[in-house]
Amino acid sequence: MASDPMHQFQIAPMIPMELAGYDVSFTNASLFLVLGAALPAAFMLASSAKAALVPGRMQTLGETAYGFVYNMLYSSAGSDGVKKFFPLVLSLFLFIFTVNMVGLFAYNFTPTSQIIVTAMMALLVFFTVIIVGFAKNGLGFLKLFVPSGIPWPLYIIVTPIEIISFFSRPLSHAVRLWANILAGHILVKVFAGFVPMMMDAGPLGTVGAILPFVMTVALYALETLVAFLQAYVFTMLTCIYLNDALHAADH
Amino acid sequence: MDAEAAKYIGAGLACLGMLGAAIGVGNIFGSFLEGAMRNPSAAQGQFGNLIFGFAVTEALGIFSLLIAILLLFVV
Repeated sequence: MASDPMHQFQIAPMIPMELAGYDVSFTNASLFLVLGAALPAAFMLASSAKAALVPGRMQTLGETAYGFVYNMLYSSAGSDGVKKFFPLVLSLFLFIFTVNMVGLFAYNFTPTSQIIVTAMMALLVFFTVIIVGFAKNGLGFLKLFVPSGIPWPLYIIVTPIEIISFFSRPLSHAVRLWANILAGHILVKVFAGFVPMMMDAGPLGTVGAILPFVMTVALYALETLVAFLQAYVFTMLTCIYLNDALHAADH
Repeated sequence: MDAEAAKYIGAGLACLGMLGAAIGVGNIFGSFLEGAMRNPSAAQGQFGNLIFGFAVTEALGIFSLLIAILLLFVV
């Protein structure tokens, strides 16, 4: 039984496959990535299956999730933001939330604890912002770096700062989610590892092992909150960045 | 000093970064409570902003924890 806290992040192939010399096995990471796509889809389909004017229980759940993300996007990006980007934002939120929650259970793998997954999502948002920003605003997109209402000598300082902060967005966007989930899972495993460690120390240790056990339970509560919070913050920042893309000329 | 020892010392030093993040998070919730005591009816509407500000501030503390973890387990 590996009491090493990093053991949970190992990617193990479940169905080994090879294509032209490349390893394309179906791994445990692949399984949970597929679950992160399939479970929200099944949930939304199930909640809209018997669509009634007075919603039943399942429909209320689906409507709660839908309305939550809709209000988030509407308050940041307005009605044209909702028209263009709601499917993307809802998919991001449901994927991150599902994957974080499912990964909390024992022996499960959390894809968002891998930097490649969060970096790809952050880069998706970043390039969407750039492409949509230039497509919709033309060169007016560069007004993002030149905010109005500042006396002109300050532009020499403000514009480089704005440019640097724009390019650091995908980095912080990705690392925030990654580091939160990674650190949380490691913390849980470290405290959980203390329980057998204390039980090895004789009868007094076995009685005292209740303490790290209670701490592990408390950490699980925190981790559940973090799972939802990080999905919310990732999606909220996505909405803000998309608003910048659509309404860059309003700066 | 060999590399092993330097790793552990570096990991300990990296955790000092969470001091600033802790002060920041306390600041956010303290200001929210202060404002909520003055205007309780408007407090519920700002709850989203509160959670968002908390998460963005905590992220910086988590970045420093990440450096400590990277030093301990990955390098």
